[in-house]
Amino acid sequence: MKLKLKVWRQKNAKDKGQFELFDIEASEHMSFLEMMDVLNEQLIEKKKEPVAFEHDCREGICGACSMVINGQPHGPQQGTTTCQLHMRHFKDGDTIAVEPWRAKAFPIIKDLVVDRSAFDHIIQAGGFVSVNTGQAQDGNAIPIEKTQASKAFDAAACIGCGACVAACPNASAMLFTAAKIAHLGLMPQGKIEENQRVLSMVKKMDDEGFGKCSNTGACEVECPKEISIANIARMNRKYMAATLASDKK
Amino acid sequence: MKLDSKIPKGELAEKWTKYRGTMNLVAPNNKRRIEIIVVGTGLAGASAAATLGELGYKVKAFTFHDSPRRAHSIAAQGGINAAKNYQNDGDSVYRLFYDTVKGGDYRSREANVHRLAEVSRNIIDQCVAQAVPFAREYGGLLANRSFGGVQVSRTFYARGQTGQQLLLGAYQALSRQISRGSVTMYNRHEMLDLVKIDGKARGIIARNLLTGEIEKHAAHCVVLATGGYGNVFYLSTNAMGSNVTAAWRAVSKGALMANPCYTQIHPTCIPVSGEYQSKLTLMSESLRNDGRVWVPKKKEDVMAIREGRKNGNDIAEDDRDYYLERRYPAFGNLVPRDVASRAAKTACDEGHGVNSTGLAVFLDFASAIERYGKSEAHSQGIENASSAKIKELGEAVVEAKYGNLFEMYEKITGENPYKMPMKIYPAVHYTMGGLWVDYNLETNVPGLFALGECNFSDHGANRLGASALMQGLADGYFVIPYTIGQFLSKEIRTPQIDHNDPAFNHAAKETEARIDKLLGVKGNQSVESFHRRLGKIMWEYCGMARNKEGLEKGRKMIQDLRKEFWGDVFVPGTSKEFNPELEKALRVADFLEMGELMIVDAHDRNESCGGHFRTEYRSAEGEAERNDEDYKYVAAWAWINDGDPVLHKEELEFNNIELKTRSYK
Amino acid sequence: MSLTGLFLISFLLIHLLGNLALLKPDGGVAFNLYTEFMSNNPLIQLVSKLLYFSILLHAIQGIIIYFSNRSAKGQRYAVKTSKNTSFASRNMALLGTLILAFIFLHMGDFWYNLKFNPESIPMVTIDGVQYKDAYHKVVTSFSNPLIVGAYLIGVLTLGLHLWHGFQSAFQTLGLNHSKYTPIIQSTGRIFSVLITIGFAMIPAIIFFKNM
Repeated sequence: MKLKLKVWRQKNAKDKGQFELFDIEASEHMSFLEMMDVLNEQLIEKKKEPVAFEHDCREGICGACSMVINGQPHGPQQGTTTCQLHMRHFKDGDTIAVEPWRAKAFPIIKDLVVDRSAFDHIIQAGGFVSVNTGQAQDGNAIPIEKTQASKAFDAAACIGCGACVAACPNASAMLFTAAKIAHLGLMPQGKIEENQRVLSMVKKMDDEGFGKCSNTGACEVECPKEISIANIARMNRKYMAATLASDKK
Repeated sequence: MKLDSKIPKGELAEKWTKYRGTMNLVAPNNKRRIEIIVVGTGLAGASAAATLGELGYKVKAFTFHDSPRRAHSIAAQGGINAAKNYQNDGDSVYRLFYDTVKGGDYRSREANVHRLAEVSRNIIDQCVAQAVPFAREYGGLLANRSFGGVQVSRTFYARGQTGQQLLLGAYQALSRQISRGSVTMYNRHEMLDLVKIDGKARGIIARNLLTGEIEKHAAHCVVLATGGYGNVFYLSTNAMGSNVTAAWRAVSKGALMANPCYTQIHPTCIPVSGEYQSKLTLMSESLRNDGRVWVPKKKEDVMAIREGRKNGNDIAEDDRDYYLERRYPAFGNLVPRDVASRAAKTACDEGHGVNSTGLAVFLDFASAIERYGKSEAHSQGIENASSAKIKELGEAVVEAKYGNLFEMYEKITGENPYKMPMKIYPAVHYTMGGLWVDYNLETNVPGLFALGECNFSDHGANRLGASALMQGLADGYFVIPYTIGQFLSKEIRTPQIDHNDPAFNHAAKETEARIDKLLGVKGNQSVESFHRRLGKIMWEYCGMARNKEGLEKGRKMIQDLRKEFWGDVFVPGTSKEFNPELEKALRVADFLEMGELMIVDAHDRNESCGGHFRTEYRSAEGEAERNDEDYKYVAAWAWINDGDPVLHKEELEFNNIELKTRSYK
Repeated sequence: MSLTGLFLISFLLIHLLGNLALLKPDGGVAFNLYTEFMSNNPLIQLVSKLLYFSILLHAIQGIIIYFSNRSAKGQRYAVKTSKNTSFASRNMALLGTLILAFIFLHMGDFWYNLKFNPESIPMVTIDGVQYKDAYHKVVTSFSNPLIVGAYLIGVLTLGLHLWHGFQSAFQTLGLNHSKYTPIIQSTGRIFSVLITIGFAMIPAIIFFKNM
C-alpha cells in the first residue's frame, strides 16, 4: 500500500518544528512502528536524519511508544498502543499525520520524543506502599476478594504511556494519577496510607503543570489499556474525604 | 585464573541460612557514606536499588530508558514461581530446587539454585505487601497455575502481565527511595564503560542520552543488572533497546562471560511474517496449560493449509499429530522450553510447518474450550447443553484466563484464535549465560556485581518458565543486600571515590574516542542492516541447532561482518545531541563481539545440553546427549581483542542431585 | 464547578416550572402573581443572591480553568479529531460564555426593567390589587422575532452545556458507579432535552400565538 506521511519534525524543545512530508510504501502486515522503521531506513540511505520516536518492547506493555496518529494518541484502533497498531487499519492512498504527545508537562525532546518524567515525579510523591524489603508477612495472611483484586488490577494495568494526557484537551493527568491511587487503595496493603497518598499525588500532579479535568472522557477512550474514568471519580471522592479528614489547618 | 565460587560449606539446605547469619555487616553510620552504583532498573536492578537504599546506602541508579518502569521485565507475561505449596500438591523448596537444576540440564550450581528456591517464598510475600494484584481464588487466597517442566502448580500470576505488575512493585519501591533521597536516579543514561581503580570496580562512564555528554560516576562498587543479550539475534522477544553493552564493557575490562552459548528459544511465539519484521512477540508459556500443539500428519494437508485451501479446523482429528503428547506422554504439552522448541523445529524440518514459510505449528484451544464449556455448563446446571452453548461458555472461560494474550494475537495476525488454532514458532527469548559471578553475585572483578539475567548463575543450560522473574527479584531483594556487605565491609575506610581520578579520565577519553570513531566511519550501510545480518548469522549457525562446521563458518562470517561494520557503517548526527542511531550503533558494535564469543563457546562445548543443541550429539531418538564426563563445568571466557578468547573452567559439583539423562517421557 | 453547577441545575428546574405559568390561558394572572411572589418573598430574595453569586462563581471559575487548561496544553494538534470526545464536552467554555451573554440579555430585558425601570412596565389589577404586568412585558418581547431567535439559541446552548455538565458534575463529586452512572447519564440527557424544550417552548408558543 502507498501512503503519504506527514510527520512532525522538531530539532529540540526550543525549535518551532513543522511537518515534513514523505511518500512510503508499506505492507498491511507491518506494525505502525515497522512502517516508521522503513521510513527511517530510507532516510538513512539518503544520509538524512531519521525521525526520532520512542519505542521499546513493541508488544504493548512498556508504554514507550507515543504518537498521535491523525489526531488520536496511538491511532484509530481502540485499546491498542502504536506498536501493536497494524497497517491493515489504513487504506491504500491514505494520508497519515503523526504528531508528538502535546502537553506543557511533556516537553518535546526531538521530533516525536517527549519527556514524561513528570509521571515519575507523581509516583515518587506517594504511588507506593511504604514497606521495606523483608517486612512482609505471609502472602496469604490477608485474603482479598477476587473481584476486588481484579478491579485493582484493571487500574494497575496502566503502562504510563501518557496517552491520557495527550488525548485530553486540557492535558490533565487525572487518569494516570487516579489509576495508581485506585490500584493501591483497593488493596488492603495500600489502603492504610491512602489519605496521605491521594493528597500528595494530586498536589504533585498540579505542581507538574498538568491541566484540570473537565470530564471530557477522551482519556478513557484513548487509553490503550482501557482504564475507566470511574477511577477518576474515585480519586475525587477520596481527595475530598482526605482533605476533610486531614489534620492540616 | 582460579575461579572461586565461594560456596559456603555445610549442608545444602543450611548453607544460605548459616552464611547469612555469619556474613560481615556494614554498620548504619558507614552505610550512609558508602556509595553504590546500580546499572539497569528492571526487576533485579530496581529491587536491588530500592533495598540498598532502604538499608541506608547512597545509591545511584542508571537506566537508558526514560523511566525505570519501561525495563523489559515489564513484558514478562506468565508468572513467577515460588515453593509455597499453597496448592498442597507436594511442592517444596527441594522440589523447586530439583526441578530447576534438572530443567537446566544439570549445568547450574546447586547452592545458588537452592538459595533461589528458598527465597522464592519471601518474594511472593514481599510483592503481596507491595499490593501487587496477583490472581486470586474466590476465597481470596492466591491462585496458581502450571508451567512447563514441572508437575506441580507453583506459578503465581497477574493475568498475562505478571512481569508488569512485579516491575511496577519494584519501581514503586524504588520511587519511594528516590523521594526519600537515598537513591539518585539517572534516567536516559547509558553505561559505556566500567572504571577500575587498583583492580576494583569504582565507577562507570555513562552517556547522557539527551545531551550526549560523557559523564563520570564514581562509587565504592558497581552492580550491573542490565539484562540479557538475546538481541544479538536481531529478531527476538527482547525489547528493541535490550543490549549487552554494559555487560560487554565489563568484559572488556576483565570480567568473565560465562556460558554465553546457552540461549533459550521460546517455543510459543508468533511466527515471522516478513523481512521488515523488527521483533517477535511471545505468547505466554501458560498457554500450553490448555493449548495442544500439533501439525497435520499428511503432507497434502500441509500443502493445502500453506496454500490457503484449508485451515486447521478442516483437518480431521486422526490426521493430526499432537507430537508433544505423542513423544512426551508424562509432561505432554508442558515439556520444558528447549524440548518443545526443538520438537517444533523437527516437525517443521520434516515438512509439516503450517504457514507459507513452513515455519509454524498449531497451538489449538478447541479441546480446552470444549472441556471448560462442559464443566461450566455443569456448574451452571444447564443439562444437555448444545455444542454452540458449550463453545460459548468455554470461550468465556478461556477468555478469562488468557484474554489479553488472545487479543494480542489477533491484533498482530488478524486471525481470531478462539475460532482458529494459533500458529506459533520458536524464537529467541532469554539468555541463560551472562557475567560469571560467585555465590555473592560478585564477578571476578572485585566490587563488580551482576544480578538477574545479566549473570549466568541459576538456570544452567535452560531456564524453566516463570523462573526469570523469580531470579531477578531474588537477586535484588534478598541476595545482593546481604552479599554486597562481604565486599563493602572491607571498604568502610575507603573515602569517597573521586571521579576525577586518572582512571576515570582515561576511560572517558576512550569512550569519546570510540564514539568519534563510529561517527567518523561515514560509510554507506545503516546500523540496522548490520544488526539484521548479524542476527541471520547467529540464527543460522548458532540458533536452535548447531554443529561444528556451521559454527566455524559463522565465526568467520561475524569477524568479517565486524570488519565491514567498522569500515562502512553510517551513523547520522553528532555525538553531542539526542541521537538514537548512535546509541544503536554502540550497542550493535558490542553485539558483533558478543556474537563471536557465543559461537566460540558453542563450538567448544562438544555436547548437547538445554538450550545448546549440537546436532553431532544426539540420541537415536533425536534427544540431546549431555557429556557430563568432559563438560560438567561452567565455561567462563575472557575476551581478548583481536585474539582467541581464553577459557576458564569452574567445575560443577552435584552432591545432592544425581546426574541423569533428562527425561520428560 | 460541580457544586455551583448542580445548584444552577436545580434553579433551572424551578425557573422552568414557574415560567410555565406564562402558558396558562388566563391573560397572565398566574404569571403576574408568581412574579410578585418571587420579587418580594424574603427567602426567595436570599436565594436569588446566592444564585447570582453562583452564576458569577461558576463563570469565573470556568474562565480561570479554561485559561489554565489552555496553557497546560500548550501547542494544539494540527489534526483535530472528534472521535474521542462529545461536541459539548469539548466546548463547555464557549457554551458557558454564550450562556453568560444570554443571561445578561435576559436579565437586561426583564429583571432590569422590572427592578430599575418600573415606568416601562404597565400595571394590572387582579382581584382589586395592583400588580406590575410582567406578563405583558414578556408577551411584548416575545413578539419580536429577533428576541425569540436569541432565546432559542440561548436555550439550545444551555441544553448542550447541560448535556455534558449534568453528568460531569456527578463525576467530579466522585459519584461514578457501574450501576448508577448509566442512570445519572440518561437522567442528565433527558433533563437537558426537557429543559431545552421547556424553555424553547415558551417564547415559541407566545410568538406564534401573537403572530
